[in-house]
Amino acid sequence: MEPTGYPELDALLPRLAVVGTLGPEALDAERIAILGRKQGALTALLKTLPDLEPDRRKSFGAAVNRVKQAFEAAFDQPAGGTTGPTTTTTGLDLTMPGRGRWIGAEHPVTRVTAEICDIFKSLGFAVAVGPDVEDEWMNFFALNFPTNHPALDAHDTLFLSDSGAECEGGRLVLRTHTSPVQIRVMQSGPPPYRVVIPGMVYRNDPFDPSHAPAFAQIEGLAVDEGIGMVDLKATLTHFVRRFFSATTAVRFRPSYFPFTEPSAELDIECQLCHGSGCPACKHSGWMEILGCGMVHPNVLANAGVDAEKYSGWAFGMGPGRVAMNRYGLPDIRYLYSGDMRLLRQLGGAGR
Amino acid sequence: MNVSRRWLEAFLNRPLSVGDLVPRLAMLGLPADAVEPVNSQLAPVVVGQVVELTPHPNADRLSICQVDVGGGERRQVVTGAPNVALGARYPFAGLGVTLPNGLTLEKRKLRGEVSEGMLCSADELGLGHDHDGLMTLATDAPAGTPILEVLGLGDDRLVLDVSPMRGDLLGHKGIARELAASLKTPFRLPAVEGTDPAVGASIRRVESGSGLLAAGGALGSGLEIAVEPGSSCRRFTAAIIEGVKVGPSPEWLRRRLEAVGQRSINNLVDVTNYVMLELGQPLHAYDGARLRGGRLVARLASAGEKLATLDGTDRTLGPAMTVVADGAGAVGVAGVLGGRDSEVADGTTTVVLEAAFWDPAETRATRRALGIATEASQRFERGTDLWGLPDALRRAIALTLAVAGGRLVDAVDVWPVPSHPPRVFVRQQRVRQIVGIDLSLAAIEQTMVAIGATVLAKPDDGRLAVDVPGWRRDLTTEIDLVEEVVRVYGYDRLPDDLRPYRPGVQVDAPSELAAARVRKGLVAEGLFEVVLLPIGPATSDQAVPVLNPLSADHGFLRERLIPGLVRQVEANWAAQVRDVRLFEIGTAFRAETSRPAETTRVAAVVTGARAPAHWSDSGKTADVDWWDLKGLFERVISLANPGASVQVESGELVARLATGGVAGRAHLVSADAPPWAGPVFAFEVDLDPVAPAPVPFAPPPTVPASSRDLALVVPWSVAAEVVMAEMRKSGAGLLESVAVIDEYRGAGIAEGARSLAFRLVFRRREKTLKDNEVDSAVNRIRGALEKQLGVTLRN
Repeated sequence: MEPTGYPELDALLPRLAVVGTLGPEALDAERIAILGRKQGALTALLKTLPDLEPDRRKSFGAAVNRVKQAFEAAFDQPAGGTTGPTTTTTGLDLTMPGRGRWIGAEHPVTRVTAEICDIFKSLGFAVAVGPDVEDEWMNFFALNFPTNHPALDAHDTLFLSDSGAECEGGRLVLRTHTSPVQIRVMQSGPPPYRVVIPGMVYRNDPFDPSHAPAFAQIEGLAVDEGIGMVDLKATLTHFVRRFFSATTAVRFRPSYFPFTEPSAELDIECQLCHGSGCPACKHSGWMEILGCGMVHPNVLANAGVDAEKYSGWAFGMGPGRVAMNRYGLPDIRYLYSGDMRLLRQLGGAGR
Repeated sequence: MNVSRRWLEAFLNRPLSVGDLVPRLAMLGLPADAVEPVNSQLAPVVVGQVVELTPHPNADRLSICQVDVGGGERRQVVTGAPNVALGARYPFAGLGVTLPNGLTLEKRKLRGEVSEGMLCSADELGLGHDHDGLMTLATDAPAGTPILEVLGLGDDRLVLDVSPMRGDLLGHKGIARELAASLKTPFRLPAVEGTDPAVGASIRRVESGSGLLAAGGALGSGLEIAVEPGSSCRRFTAAIIEGVKVGPSPEWLRRRLEAVGQRSINNLVDVTNYVMLELGQPLHAYDGARLRGGRLVARLASAGEKLATLDGTDRTLGPAMTVVADGAGAVGVAGVLGGRDSEVADGTTTVVLEAAFWDPAETRATRRALGIATEASQRFERGTDLWGLPDALRRAIALTLAVAGGRLVDAVDVWPVPSHPPRVFVRQQRVRQIVGIDLSLAAIEQTMVAIGATVLAKPDDGRLAVDVPGWRRDLTTEIDLVEEVVRVYGYDRLPDDLRPYRPGVQVDAPSELAAARVRKGLVAEGLFEVVLLPIGPATSDQAVPVLNPLSADHGFLRERLIPGLVRQVEANWAAQVRDVRLFEIGTAFRAETSRPAETTRVAAVVTGARAPAHWSDSGKTADVDWWDLKGLFERVISLANPGASVQVESGELVARLATGGVAGRAHLVSADAPPWAGPVFAFEVDLDPVAPAPVPFAPPPTVPASSRDLALVVPWSVAAEVVMAEMRKSGAGLLESVAVIDEYRGAGIAEGARSLAFRLVFRRREKTLKDNEVDSAVNRIRGALEKQLGVTLRN
């Protein structure tokens, strides 16, 4: 607004210019300070009009009214009506950066594991854990691994003792899977059992882009009277649809694991190409996501469960692999990194 | 296992497409790791028909052909081949095509005449050694038809991932059987031209440790075949064929082998490989003239026995290994690989064929001890068909005679302890229990027959007696048969609707709940969780070693989590990152007499700025210090080990349990720091899985409090904690809380002391305190401080 030539009015004009930058509380205070019936600066000037000479009263009165209208218009402007950064003369520039604080985040594999546990908890499962050091009986033979058999080749084992003298279960090993916890759970009391088992497992593998000597695994076990393979299929299909998406295509195909029979591999539609075929899924359109099967009667019997009366199913999967797919990590070693830049990036977005 | 699509077609006598085959095999438990087209470089070569033939005007030996290449197109080709004829069909390679010999065809002029492609010889296509002239195609196929189609060379190699239990799927016959069951179609062994079905029909069975093969060829006095007790041999069949002629294999045999990625060696070796790939039974062919002493025996190796094997290695054998030996020494490692000195060669005229059964576990132990794996050992350690040996030997005899000539002299089958395949019972009710759907006995029986079993009886008690086939060593119990039933029925046909279930009676592991609690707390404190390897370099001479680590970097179980975290701090520094805040929840290990003890720990490192830089700090954001560490440590103790209390002991913070034990420590750590780095603070605490007890209810106060600030001069010999304890004691009843609000040292304060300001808050729950009541409480506290601790008011 152009200066009016009346110093007492022109003194108010800088305040008119910044009305648009005020927050709601400051705006109300300013409205009262300018237009308020008791203490408003313009109200006070209007009250002086009757005492002025007629000529001056007319011109000054018109100027006061113009300023008043301008203020009223400015106060009625909706909040945020101004555009672009505006500096102030009041010493408060709200375009300056705010004060932050450090943020943190759970590890991607922890988040994936927790999501899996949450889904299974809603299906009546509890979380169980067990030790990292086991003996050969717990890690292999209770789980129906044949001795001296190629099936052992898939589990390149890290040994902690080389004779079985230390304990009756054979040599001590770093568990190659979380499955020994199945035995521990079943030995802890009578059925029904419904548990998910997260944990670290170990293999004698190099630390390279696709292997790590230790990695996270999660498995589940459900044992009761009258549990069949149809329950396995139904529960895991339900899990996959909740974890990935309700429309994810699922396929169960036969496989072999010593501790389950019948055994299956669960494939979901490739999350990259959605079934049309790409290098990541070897052009099959499918992605292997977990292994599962009906708990082998020998495993039930080894854990002291009546294998004629009870039956059940189990599954195992690698949350690290899921996390790699989710975040597009090209190298498994990123999952073992403490690089703040990477952690900040992975922690920033949730799923 | 590499599989040829066309080989399977020969078994099933019907065309198969990769598009159907791959998912079908996957659903049978045979996923394909890869599918590779065979002879794909010949795909662009088509039938070309010579429709005009004129002599080259400028060269006597060249002809100019107008070639119909299909689709109404013609190409002019200049050729020097003497056998080119008008109207004949030849393989035509157009411009831009690269032939198997590496030649890429370009448009060029031969003595002034343009040539737009090439009519090819068999040699140029890599289909034979005949390069005398063009390869004449005896076909009526129209011009433009791919020659792969015309010659039947189009094939696909499927790289199948075979379960370690299924040795029977390491041969085309086994896979064809699976497909036949799935397609509900018959299958049979492919006929081979020139084989006599009657040959070797009667192989003499010897049910003792040895049998004699009649004299023949180079083995004038006969060959004794023996199986010694204690060896890994369960059955040994052998045949002598004399008068064979070693040479290249016929085309069909070479193509079969090449289609699955095997190199053709010579006709005798190729036959053994062919039978192995067809039936899954590895065989060995010896040069009869090079077997010494008239005997071939399966026996344990003698200590230190040596053998030069086919792979060109001199090996020393152990006494637990079984060898095949002649009269002078070992000629092969049983079930693994043969010896160099007895292998068939160009001059071989008498061949001894061996087909034997070697114990799977012993074969596996031997090949692991030798550190090798071969096509043969891969099959023997999974288990071959004990009862199928005569058929395999017969097949090898017939093929040998067909491709290398000669005469079968004799064949013998040494089987010291004959046996039958096991009989297993399967109950209909058990199938229902395990699978969860009803299948009729008839349907179960059908599956058993489809996988090659004999169903012997159908007793009225709802079960079947099943004589499992010899090649299925994995079928030994009822559950194995249940799996076969549902596998052949098809997993995809099972319903997937959730049925009612009983929830589990287990409770969540307390340690997991505690870990989740601590994790949330530390994330809220602005720390990032990491997961590090629990195995690493030794941190002390007490560390538990891993006996067989792949690298020294991963040779020990970690005793503490902090060292791994500090390495991550250093890695961040190396990347110029100064502000690092990390924590880990994981297992630490300690050596114990019986087995290592495991504890779940939470550890953290913090270094760099206390908060993200803000302009209001004028670029001087403070670094984390002891007080940040102490606050964080107290916070984590309250979450992870609420039974412990933080105490100060010799320059560090210690979390002491009521029992006196140490639950954790917090301290400065030294690290390999660049000059610009800040100090690194760390803590590590045992995670106590016991959840903190709930705090009992107390009504919030309803009367106002009064506060007083006191500035005191406190000698360094008196700890602030002691001052506050004295305040609480002497202010008991009215003093609600006390906090340190300032510390001052320097001018005005005597040497050996500092000034501490405290804010004391007074309140009586029932009634507002009057000023004089507060004043007298303050006076009481001041008096006690002065008397007990020598602490006075600062003036």
